[in-house]
Amino acid sequence: MKKSLAFISLLIFFVGMEFAAFSQQQRFPKPEFESGYAQPVTSMPVPRDGMFALLDVLVLIAVLSLITWFILKKRSRTGVVAVSIFSILYFGFFREGCVCSVGSVQNVVLALFNPGYHIPLSALAFFVIPLAYTLFFGRTFCAGVCPLGAVQDVFLMRPVTLKKWLQKALGLIPFIYLGLSVLYAATATDFIICRYDPFVGIFRFNATFFMFAIGAAFLLISIFIARPYCRFFCPYGVLLNLVSRVSKNHLTITPSNCIQCKLCENSCPLDAINKPVVVKQMEDKRSATRRFILLSLIIPALMIVGGWTGANFHENLAKVNSKVRLADEMLHFDSKTMKESLEIEGFRTSGKPVEQLYLEAAEIVKQFYYGGWILGAFIGLVIGLALSGLSRYQYREDYSPDKGACVSCARCLKYCPVEK
Amino acid sequence: MKKDRRDFLNTCFRFVAGAGIVGVAGVLAVKSQKGDFLWQLDPAKCTQCGRCATSCVVTPSAVKCIHVYDMCGYCDLCGGYFRPNVKNLSTGAENQLCPTGAIKRSYVEDPFFKYEIIDELCIGCGKCVKGCGAFGNGSLQLQVSHDLCVNCNQCAIARDCPSDAFSRVPIEQAYKFAGFKTNKKI
Ligand code: SF4
Ligand code: SF4
Ligand code: SF4
Ligand code: SF4
Ligand code: SF4
Repeated sequence: MKKSLAFISLLIFFVGMEFAAFSQQQRFPKPEFESGYAQPVTSMPVPRDGMFALLDVLVLIAVLSLITWFILKKRSRTGVVAVSIFSILYFGFFREGCVCSVGSVQNVVLALFNPGYHIPLSALAFFVIPLAYTLFFGRTFCAGVCPLGAVQDVFLMRPVTLKKWLQKALGLIPFIYLGLSVLYAATATDFIICRYDPFVGIFRFNATFFMFAIGAAFLLISIFIARPYCRFFCPYGVLLNLVSRVSKNHLTITPSNCIQCKLCENSCPLDAINKPVVVKQMEDKRSATRRFILLSLIIPALMIVGGWTGANFHENLAKVNSKVRLADEMLHFDSKTMKESLEIEGFRTSGKPVEQLYLEAAEIVKQFYYGGWILGAFIGLVIGLALSGLSRYQYREDYSPDKGACVSCARCLKYCPVEK
Repeated sequence: MKKDRRDFLNTCFRFVAGAGIVGVAGVLAVKSQKGDFLWQLDPAKCTQCGRCATSCVVTPSAVKCIHVYDMCGYCDLCGGYFRPNVKNLSTGAENQLCPTGAIKRSYVEDPFFKYEIIDELCIGCGKCVKGCGAFGNGSLQLQVSHDLCVNCNQCAIARDCPSDAFSRVPIEQAYKFAGFKTNKKI
């Protein structure tokens, strides 16, 4: 008798728990106070953003205009350094490096793929405005507005040149990184650029040890190798690089006409100065045709191989998604031998049927399958184009910055003896 | 002649790139008209795992316990305030559930007590929330305090939360309470 009573009360307790989410008031009804007690208001502090977001965009435009003027009109490295320091202080330490243009790529992708998500206007502005400036003036944004670029730039003391092949090989990483971050943003999995931002933890003084070590390593390397993050990781740099190649008014090393004195030849810490290509090196028609045919075979082949590889790895790629991971965990969960993880406990309390979770996870895995194909093909294409770039000669008379790779830091300008 | 052709191609590509940028901006600007979003957690999904206290990028966490007074029973034996199996209902630290002593208990009238959260002390660990949910009305609830939250592009707790409780919410519904509707506009 006693046992069954206990059981019934337990049952009532559990039903009560189920009910709790909807009618929690029932358990202990709110008392009717007689002493004229005034109940405090439940605190709901107002968001602090709003005004700052607008201010950020205005500051961005102002600083970009200023640095562009310094670079293109004044041709002043000092101006660039001054702006860099301001950017580190404002966008970095004061605004704590968020939202930044680099990360905004993911907001844009998420907004394009996910109809339910409305991108904040400031994130959109941070994505578009530097690209628009770059289209007209080259990568002046990189020069000293981007806090990530600026903080590496001010650390550069003893630049060393990397081997050309190494630069080319490392230069492929940003494309892969961009591809991955687009894939993860499009599937609403994670914002990996923000997660692995090496400097944001330093700007905020709260990095985990691991991220702090990475950030510090980047800064140490920056002393010798110019802008390692910009050149070999930054996914937004990929876009800026492409846009800058067709920019209208890019910085030129000489204010007037190049006299081929070669003084600037080794002045660029990023190795972004193209040497003149003498006519003799130009290839003849026959070999050009042969090269063209070869490339038109190699590039599609690389894309197919890349796509196939990517699709084969789609399950590994999908593991990053928390839902897929949870479904996987549930599938292999054995309540006898294993301890329930927090994730499984959370899922159990949510009362969602397991089948639904599996269906949702399967849907995501399918997205990753197609995503894997696209990502792989994209990487194949990039490698193919990089190969074709190696074997292409572009006729050039003067020393000039490589419009894609040059970040308009204005270091090379003072090497040129030519007066206006 | 060679140079002209290159310039012409460059101009073409420039217009293509420009059109692309304007296109993306245009499409998304229309969408972003709908207003800003903030991060918030759904107390109905939260399992008080404790990661809210540790994963936030601001220290102490931007997640705080918020007391929804309308749901509170003003109990003497508060499941959110006292440890389970306390001997006597005194405010000694050894009796309190909250690791930082962030809950203030004050007498209202017999037999009711008021519990207030001292925001400066609360670290958002959710211990009291768990206690209140298990033994009380569930009037203590974890919420992202928007005056402290820096509204990260990707909330660091959201990706660590085992219960998928975090989501972006429109600014008009900045707070989400379980079993209690916020009609107030911010
Ligand atoms: S401005 Fe000159 S030194 Fe700076 S990245 Fe461009 S080419 Fe190199
Ligand atoms: S220093 Fe000036 S003139 Fe000399 S090679 Fe460089 S750009 Fe030409
Ligand atoms: S991380 Fe999620 S489950 Fe854990 S306390 Fe925060 S909201 Fe609740
Ligand atoms: S127990 Fe944790 S969540 Fe509750 S008031 Fe104390 S610190 Fe805040
Ligand atoms: S958005 Fe950032 S500051 Fe706000 S709760 Fe999440 S991690 Fe903390």
